[in-house]
Amino acid sequence: MQTIDLATTPLRELNTALQAQAAQTNQTEWQILNPKGAHAIAVGLDAPIEVTVRGHTGYYCGGMNKQATIRVAGSAGPGVAENMMSGTVVIEGDASQYAGATGNGGLLVIKGNASSRCGISMKGIDIVVHGNIGHMSAFMAQSGNLVVLGDAGDALGDSLYEARLFVRGTVKSLGSDCVEKEMRPEHLDLLRDLLDRAGADARPEEFRRYGSARKLYHFNVDHAAAY
Amino acid sequence: MDRPTPPSTAQTLPRNSHTWSPETNAEIRRAAETGIYDIRGGGAKRKLPHFDDLLFLGASMSRYPLEGYRETCDTSVLLGTRFAKKPIRLKIPVTIAGMSFGALSGPAKEALGRGATLAGTSTTTGDGGMTDEERGHSDQLVYQYLPSRYGMNPDDLRRADAIEIVVGQGAKPGGGGMLLGQKITERVARMRNLPQGIDQRSACRHPDWTGPDDLEIKILELREITGWEKPIYIKIGGARPYYDTALAVKAGADVVVLDGMQGGTAATQDVFIENVGQPTLACIRPAVQALQDLGMHRKVQLVVSGGIRNGADVAKALALGADAVAIGTAALIALGENDPKWGAEYAAMGTTADAYDDWHEGRDPAGITTQDPVLMARFDPLEGARRLRNYLAVLTLECQTIARACGKSHVHNLEPEDLCALTIEAAAMAGVPLAGTDWIPGRTGL
Repeated sequence: MQTIDLATTPLRELNTALQAQAAQTNQTEWQILNPKGAHAIAVGLDAPIEVTVRGHTGYYCGGMNKQATIRVAGSAGPGVAENMMSGTVVIEGDASQYAGATGNGGLLVIKGNASSRCGISMKGIDIVVHGNIGHMSAFMAQSGNLVVLGDAGDALGDSLYEARLFVRGTVKSLGSDCVEKEMRPEHLDLLRDLLDRAGADARPEEFRRYGSARKLYHFNVDHAAAY
Repeated sequence: MDRPTPPSTAQTLPRNSHTWSPETNAEIRRAAETGIYDIRGGGAKRKLPHFDDLLFLGASMSRYPLEGYRETCDTSVLLGTRFAKKPIRLKIPVTIAGMSFGALSGPAKEALGRGATLAGTSTTTGDGGMTDEERGHSDQLVYQYLPSRYGMNPDDLRRADAIEIVVGQGAKPGGGGMLLGQKITERVARMRNLPQGIDQRSACRHPDWTGPDDLEIKILELREITGWEKPIYIKIGGARPYYDTALAVKAGADVVVLDGMQGGTAATQDVFIENVGQPTLACIRPAVQALQDLGMHRKVQLVVSGGIRNGADVAKALALGADAVAIGTAALIALGENDPKWGAEYAAMGTTADAYDDWHEGRDPAGITTQDPVLMARFDPLEGARRLRNYLAVLTLECQTIARACGKSHVHNLEPEDLCALTIEAAAMAGVPLAGTDWIPGRTGL
């Protein structure tokens, strides 16, 4: 286990060391001490390493991650795992706004609650939130899956494209062009797999599925009131 | 046989209203017929105070000119000297502005890269990500980081030479974009991770930051991911240039790109293009003033775009304090966009060469603003590159000609003192005296 203490090591040295790990590195386990809300921790990683951050992080922890597994033993600030490409990011506590924004791949697990705009503009990432999510989540979400074990706030899935949303609790309101859809067997299988990978104690049958009505895909003046 | 009666000299001639002009009335009829606003490409078409309203004074008793064709007039530019380990080095003070693959064809993007490289300058990606052709043919490529993040990934971020965070655009400060389904081919859709053929919305604001305090942290993240090597540009539309420039500096920009309302777009509502934002001429001095007030002029470089057409425009922008200019519309025209040789096809679409602006429809006869394979085949990227190289060379030679006439051994030595204005408006906006006077409206006397 490699240990880097941010109380004594500059952020630049931390990220340089983590980014320098090659695919075949034998230094696969890292822990980061004293993050104290620092921004841009463990960003731009591209190796199958495991990084544990012991404490709370600031903005963009795990940003643009590829391959790495990053665990935050605390809560995460805005934009955690933004634009992730692959790998896994797990937040033991809560996540602030924009969690998983524009993510292209990989799995983001938030064991607490996620704030507003969770999964905004997501492009293929899978996000599983054990708690609740805030308003405008999955805004303009393009693809991927957002699973919420708790409740969703206002305007869920506004201007949605092809992302799939699964919510177990209540949805305060749906955004423009977001509708409830039939939960078919393939969706239950997908959900079962996501819940299993996220260590979530829930049954797929308890969820409802939401997706795009696809009415905004081509501009139509008769839909102007929805814009 | 009766002879026709000559018209009475007492008759009033038909008179069009300035307010209710034929163009205005036609637009009302079009809106009534279709129920949708007009969408088009390009920048503001209305007459605006512009560089034409400025003149250089040239050398005189108190200024010594440099010998044309003999004495050196340096045109090199270094961008990104504030924080980046690897600044951008340009041979000329003219760069190619961001234009997307999707809005433009692949061969057109290739031509921009090739032409810019031949001229010793950079080109810029756009919404929709970086293509291999563009990267391969561009010696120096600026990677736009846009609200949509279409095609954005850390590998492309790292293979870019600089990163341009797009906050705004001169044609539509505060606006997003719409690429109509006709241009969303399989490749464009795949790069943007969207279904093929749908109208694709480009967001108007970034998804994971709001305001300059957040942006400062976003820039930290981008620098951490790219090893602090790449210059970070911030592109702003011509809205509130003094404060926007100051806040861009505060957020950590290496370079500020300032785009006035004549700057083009691939597709936006005409009402937006013509009524939101400020002319390029009005934006430069406030932006330079902000840099000077912060002690950052020439430390954070300023790139100006929006209506740059010739070497005089380049020289005037530099004289007002810019470090370089960027061209978009002019580069497309150099490639062959709106060429009169396609006149019959423009006429068939109800327009004319030099006026065609329905770039979003993907029917461009010149094969530049389209994804139609038949139309694209009309465009030769090697010929386009040659034409762009030539045009960039002329811009540079013209700029040097003026700079030498003002006695400058580097184009950056041009200064406001070398200029006068032909109109009161231009004098006020550019902060230079009205021709024949020492009056700068708003600064000296009344």
